[in-house]
Amino acid sequence: MNIFREIFYGGLSLIVGMTVTARRLFRPLVTVQYPRRRIPLSEAYRGHIELKFFEDAGAHKCIVCFNCEKTCPSGVIRLEGVKLREKGPKTLTGYLIDFSLCSLCGLCVEICPTQTLQYSGQYELVGETRSDCLIDLLARLNKRVEQKEKTAKN
Amino acid sequence: MSYLLSSEWSRLILGLLVAVGFSQLNALFLVWLERKIAGHIQLRPGPMEVGPHGLLQTIADAVKLMGKELILPLKADRKLFFVAPVLVFTPVLVGFLVLPFAKNMIIHDLNVGVLLIFAFSTFTVPAILSGGWASNNKYALLGAVRSVGQNVAYEIPLLLAAMSIVLMANSLSFSEIVHAQRRLWFIFVQPVAGIIYLISATAETNRAPFDIPEAESELVAGFHTEYSGMGFGLFFLAEYTNMFIVCAVATSLFFGGWTGPFGISLGIPGIVWFLFKTYVLIFHLMWVRWTFPRVRFDQLMNFAWKVMIPISLANFVVTAIVVKFV
Repeated sequence: MNIFREIFYGGLSLIVGMTVTARRLFRPLVTVQYPRRRIPLSEAYRGHIELKFFEDAGAHKCIVCFNCEKTCPSGVIRLEGVKLREKGPKTLTGYLIDFSLCSLCGLCVEICPTQTLQYSGQYELVGETRSDCLIDLLARLNKRVEQKEKTAKN
Repeated sequence: MSYLLSSEWSRLILGLLVAVGFSQLNALFLVWLERKIAGHIQLRPGPMEVGPHGLLQTIADAVKLMGKELILPLKADRKLFFVAPVLVFTPVLVGFLVLPFAKNMIIHDLNVGVLLIFAFSTFTVPAILSGGWASNNKYALLGAVRSVGQNVAYEIPLLLAAMSIVLMANSLSFSEIVHAQRRLWFIFVQPVAGIIYLISATAETNRAPFDIPEAESELVAGFHTEYSGMGFGLFFLAEYTNMFIVCAVATSLFFGGWTGPFGISLGIPGIVWFLFKTYVLIFHLMWVRWTFPRVRFDQLMNFAWKVMIPISLANFVVTAIVVKFV
């Protein structure tokens, strides 16, 4: 009689298993078809660095102190600034990063005295050459500001 | 045209040509369906890129397979190696000759059709063995030997289940067996034989959970490890055509063939009923494959010899007594 009991419970477990997969068959898919559909990014995502835009100043707050360039362990950051007035503050004229060297440690963001650096949400970073990894942060900031003005107008 | 159709030989040749074409299309569709079902069970979409919902994916795959080089392993048996895939595919094709697709849609209504189909389905065993042997590869040989052991074991309950139906219908001809179930399908009269047939058919077609001849986690790919290009393609084609044949036989033996349930046909033509039931059974096979894990070899053999064969034998004897005396 043992064998019949085994067959009965075995068969029952088979049916239970089949209902599990049958139910899954009609559940919505979890795959996101990426280039056609995107999911909202987490706030905590850390892409390459970016200059922050401050509404009160109407610009970034970089004082060209070179702290980020000095603290960067991989030599990613190249800053350029000029004094527009004698005895005045320096003005940022160029902020280049070579993202192919960056290890995303975030030391530059932490050390910035005016907290004008942030992480961008950029994750599509495919390039064909190494020079595609060079990112001009100042140009990106200007572009963002332009876009913001455009949407504000509309 | 009518002369062509009435002549027995031209009918056979025409039927075989149609069968070859149909088996290719069927395999292309079934591979796509299998991947779709596997995907949806695992909550992913399956093939999506080539054609609407990936429908043309398998055509692209087939073209790729045809373009591939046929690689002959060193020290392999050259003749046997190239003949084996053809040997696997041909007997499968013979099955189409006696399948009753509709009332008069049968290529050759043989009075021993059931016998013919099971005799030829046994042919795939030596073909698989020769393929595995000729490859001169340990995994291929192990897979082939497993396949032989499994097929020999599961053929017995398969035939015993089919024989119970033959006793009920008192005929070996498919059309007469279908005719005998125009009131009540045999699955309701012979549920045990039906379940045994479905289980053994899964094992006969080497499909999961009985796919140990090609268990990829232990044997690379089993008996077709060394095959590339269309050699592998033919094994694949044979597997999916075999699935269709096995399910079509199940349809005509247990599920009333071209007739509707309880004699209600709803005005739907017989071939639609037949194909519908066959593809539902094929869907069931795929559903089983993507639900259950693979069994171990000793479990498989124990199940065949200690459970399936005694039960099918008992079922057969009881059927014989009931048919004779009631």
